[in-house]
Amino acid sequence: MNPRYLGRRLATFLLTIFVASTLNFAITRLTPQDPIAALLGRMASRGRTVESGGEIVARYRERLGLDAPLAQQYVNYLRDLLQGDLGYSLAFFPIKAEAVILRALPWTLGLLSLATLLAFVIGNLLGALAVWPRVPAGFRWLVYLSMPFSAIPYYLLALILVYLFALNWSLFPLGGSFTVGSDRGLNLETLADLLHHAALPVLSVVLAVVGFWALSMRGIMATVLGDDYLIYARARGLRSRRIFSHYAMRNAMLPQVTALAIDFGRLISGQVLVEIIFNYPGVGWVLYNALRAADFFVIQGVTLFMVFTVAVATLLLDLLYPLLDPRIRYQS
Amino acid sequence: MINRLRARLSPSMWLGLVLLALVLVPGLFGQFFADPGQLRLMAGGISAPPSPDHPLGTQNEGRDLLTYILKGMPNTLLIGLVGGGSAVLLGTVLGMLAGYVGGPLDALVRNTVDIGLTIPPLAILIMIAASFPVVTPLIMGLVIALTSWMHPTRVIRSQVLSLREREFVLLLRLSGASPLHIVFRELLPNLIPFLAATFVNAVATALLASIGLEVLGLGSFQTPTLGNLIYFAIIGNAMWLGLWWWWLPPIVIFIVLFMGLFFVSTALDSLANPRLEQG
Repeated sequence: MNPRYLGRRLATFLLTIFVASTLNFAITRLTPQDPIAALLGRMASRGRTVESGGEIVARYRERLGLDAPLAQQYVNYLRDLLQGDLGYSLAFFPIKAEAVILRALPWTLGLLSLATLLAFVIGNLLGALAVWPRVPAGFRWLVYLSMPFSAIPYYLLALILVYLFALNWSLFPLGGSFTVGSDRGLNLETLADLLHHAALPVLSVVLAVVGFWALSMRGIMATVLGDDYLIYARARGLRSRRIFSHYAMRNAMLPQVTALAIDFGRLISGQVLVEIIFNYPGVGWVLYNALRAADFFVIQGVTLFMVFTVAVATLLLDLLYPLLDPRIRYQS
Repeated sequence: MINRLRARLSPSMWLGLVLLALVLVPGLFGQFFADPGQLRLMAGGISAPPSPDHPLGTQNEGRDLLTYILKGMPNTLLIGLVGGGSAVLLGTVLGMLAGYVGGPLDALVRNTVDIGLTIPPLAILIMIAASFPVVTPLIMGLVIALTSWMHPTRVIRSQVLSLREREFVLLLRLSGASPLHIVFRELLPNLIPFLAATFVNAVATALLASIGLEVLGLGSFQTPTLGNLIYFAIIGNAMWLGLWWWWLPPIVIFIVLFMGLFFVSTALDSLANPRLEQG
């Protein structure tokens, strides 16, 4: 791989993380009052009281060294972050915020990658087939039908899915990630249980995102169809299926991979909210509870986690990209 | 221009406008028919299903839900308009200047946008909304705009990059027109259909962000909005208790609204890029 490309990408990655962490720090310091006091005030306005609220504020001030000069606070903050120290969870004291988030992480990553992958594959196939010659008209209609879904926010779709499939028809569980009390071993039964619980959350993301991929793939494929190498491939007498998979799709996929990187932020934000609807014990659920409990360090940790995940995903896709498109590899 | 517009009022545009009108007309004018007294605690029975007195029923504190929706819709629409409008305004100024002037300004804007786009807006918005105590719809719209101007900036910049290579721009430059004049008086009118599409998308983005924040419980609870309504319905277990009249109407309104925005933006897109249609 071109070292300069690699270097530039790594630099952007680090810069992104740095900028986001700094923003995160700046926002909490720009407030007229302690962020924690703001959170407690917000809860009080809702008629909830926080046990030992005064103690929490005191611990928070001590931990952040709010009496130290701002520059010193900033250095401390960055140092702690570099060591992966996000501070103590105030709700689950003395468990650290990073431990709370790490515990939820596998659920979120599993759900997110499953949904993203499914939507990406189905959407692109659908979009490509919609303009491919001699494909049943049904595919064209599937694309049109999937389009309006892409305009609806996932979490609203999720609420309707819960109502229909879980509450009304009892086809799927109402929430959670596995049957409580089931023994979770490495067997097919456990896998089926996990998938059964993941089905609706995944479906709500897939339904909402498929149209987006199908729509853009349709546009790209329409331009690829007119390209000379496809005419040549046809002239050589290659089978239509082979031309589709080895020639047309391979080229049309390139911009889609870039789009995947760009869209990742939206995906993860939607995921956070979908987890809330389904009581799915991932990072979104942790965030929701942290917001309700004014658990400042967990809230901050989750937002940093979102930034980090998106940055890593974009970096990985960008590093994979030269393997997919040799033209990038040889560019200086 | 007008003729072209009329010729292109496509089915998609009509469908979108009708859907938008379905939401906007009651959303803007319904508030004047709503009686604020109905929002009081125990204005009706607790969690009562729809009845002639309360067409959309009441929630778990006996507040009338139709009144809440009519009072809340203007606030929700305001967040979308302020958020989307400011983002596009900022994006237009930055994108046009960066694209036309080029040089260090362009490099600065381009790099800021590239980095900004990889930071998920919700992450920043959560921190802002959690740290600042009072969030009115206006402030929420402005804050959302702060995290969503990057995309409009990028697409407008790339449009200007291609526009500025046209002959009429060269002619203007040769005749001594100032850059500001060229950018805002000559280039801008060419971009109007494109800006309209960008605006519609930005409004949808802003609404999406605001619902996200409100569903997380980060909205202002003193102000009725549709997102807050959904939040309270979730908190009040409306779905599990079978109170469909509580959680379903705001969702239906949002779906109609988002579909409307989607169809209008698709229609505007093909108006802005006639070449897309042949694809």
